Amino acid sequence: MRSERVAERFGRARAPRAAPSLWLGVGLAALVVLAALLAPLLAPGDPFAAAGRPFLPPSAAHPFGTDDLGRDVWRAVIHGSRVSLLVGVSVAAITLVLGLAVGAIAGFVGGWLDDLLMRITEFVLVLPRFFLALVVVALFGASLGNLILVLALSGWGLTARVARAGVLAAKQREYVLAARALGAAGPRLLLRHVLPNVMAPVLAYAALQVGNAIVVEASLSFLGFGDPNAMSWGYLLNGAQAFVRRAWWLSIFPGLAIVITVLAVNLLADGVRDRRVASASNA
Amino acid sequence: MLAYLARRVLQALPLLLAVVLVTFALVELAPGGPLVALAGEDGDAAYYASMRERYGLDRPVHERLAVYLGRVARGDLGYSYRLQRPALQAVLERLPATLLLIAPALVLAAVIGVGAGALAARHAYGALDTVVSGATLLGHAIPVFWLAQLLTLGFAYHLELFPVQGMRDARSDATGLAAALDVARHMVLPVTALTVQYLAPIARVARASLVDVLAADYVRTATAKGLAAPRVVYKHALRNAMLPVVTVIGAQVAFMASGAVLTETVFAWPGLGRLLMSAMLARDLAVISAMFVLITVAVVVSTLVVDLLYAALDPRIRYA
Repeated sequence: MRSERVAERFGRARAPRAAPSLWLGVGLAALVVLAALLAPLLAPGDPFAAAGRPFLPPSAAHPFGTDDLGRDVWRAVIHGSRVSLLVGVSVAAITLVLGLAVGAIAGFVGGWLDDLLMRITEFVLVLPRFFLALVVVALFGASLGNLILVLALSGWGLTARVARAGVLAAKQREYVLAARALGAAGPRLLLRHVLPNVMAPVLAYAALQVGNAIVVEASLSFLGFGDPNAMSWGYLLNGAQAFVRRAWWLSIFPGLAIVITVLAVNLLADGVRDRRVASASNA
Repeated sequence: MLAYLARRVLQALPLLLAVVLVTFALVELAPGGPLVALAGEDGDAAYYASMRERYGLDRPVHERLAVYLGRVARGDLGYSYRLQRPALQAVLERLPATLLLIAPALVLAAVIGVGAGALAARHAYGALDTVVSGATLLGHAIPVFWLAQLLTLGFAYHLELFPVQGMRDARSDATGLAAALDVARHMVLPVTALTVQYLAPIARVARASLVDVLAADYVRTATAKGLAAPRVVYKHALRNAMLPVVTVIGAQVAFMASGAVLTETVFAWPGLGRLLMSAMLARDLAVISAMFVLITVAVVVSTLVVDLLYAALDPRIRYA
């Protein structure tokens, strides 16, 4: 493996160790998922309702303090994980299915269909998602559904490219040729023999989509153009903007929540990719 | 080279057409219809009549499309009733202020990013690499607007080193050098936030591509000839590792623009971000869609420029 040669050349014989960062990713992700699942237990009550006097600093009663309307920031941050995960996971799931379908069909069928699908993919890849999302919000209104839809429809390009490359490579491998010689063909050959072997990089890109979508949602909400009915971290940071000086806790905790979540999914994506490289080099 | 250039430019044209078609389709499908979408909500009857005339809104959809394409081809991206001027003009007026943030941030990010990436690659899988790679991952995860808030909190409110907001001190009537210094002082925090945001992908790609290049045979040859490691890295390897770095910079135009918009919002910087915010609040769709089209065009053009640069730097690509 190339990187090992570098390590050797520059005096370090150690192989890359993906495990610690992967486990850090798993741990942080578990934290966020638990917060989302157990929100009613960890922080009971309506996150939009007032819970005390405004601008209370962090204390035992309000671990993250209260905001300008007396709402409990801990409750808001915990409930916010639900919105972020909903957007991130939905967008990633849709882009995974769309990208995999487009890429696999393009690579497997080839010919003019491949050309056509790749031109469409190219187009999707040049779309600036943040600005496209703003256009959609301005035209169709700010709702989580609209946001998920526009981010998913504009986010499958890289997944499609990776899937297509994987399918093209797998088509030439002996086991696929063998399966074909044994009579497997068409969708069965694609689904049973080719696709399982392109899933690792595709999943890595899907994981990156989770973080990406979460950041775009937070950005829009921060500007004040998120779903007004959803308690999200971006919405909290939007509220914090006017009071940063007076109440630092309004900005610190929701921001940290975003960082932890995005870091977790990116570590997971890296981990999936590194494992694939490791297993490929062992083969 | 000329044939390659012509081919790549021709390939970019359908992309631009598709962007315009998508914008048209979105405007057509919008609730309230294309008239409200194009003309805004607060015009009077005479204005609406003139807009209907201008965009042929009482004609069938394929004729509307033709009119729309014709207008876009002539650089007409709509008219902002609120600002009383063409949307494109409104956007271009604000562009310099935004570029004043983007350009220094990009230069700083490129220099620091390549330097950090080279450092990490030289010590691949060592402690320094772990630090640089960890910082890169963190940089990827920190939303630029939150970083901007933190910088304001720390350096503007608590340490009072830099101004909180704006581009100029409203109380000063300085001119010349003093005025430039005033603007520079206001630039420090937003440029810092943007630099950190741009830095992460550049450092990551610089490291990865340098690790690859350092494993190449000619690097081994250079080392075997007895060249010292730093000289091999900075003189021989780095040059060849730059291509992917150029690509990642070229591919980040949309990311850089959205980062600038968000940063400007925190610092009340009078650029595209402020324009976009006021347009969003007023549902001034001409301005919003003009900005979308313009940024997509910038993405397509920068992709094209990167491809051409690539071909110029590496002759093998032209024949692929």
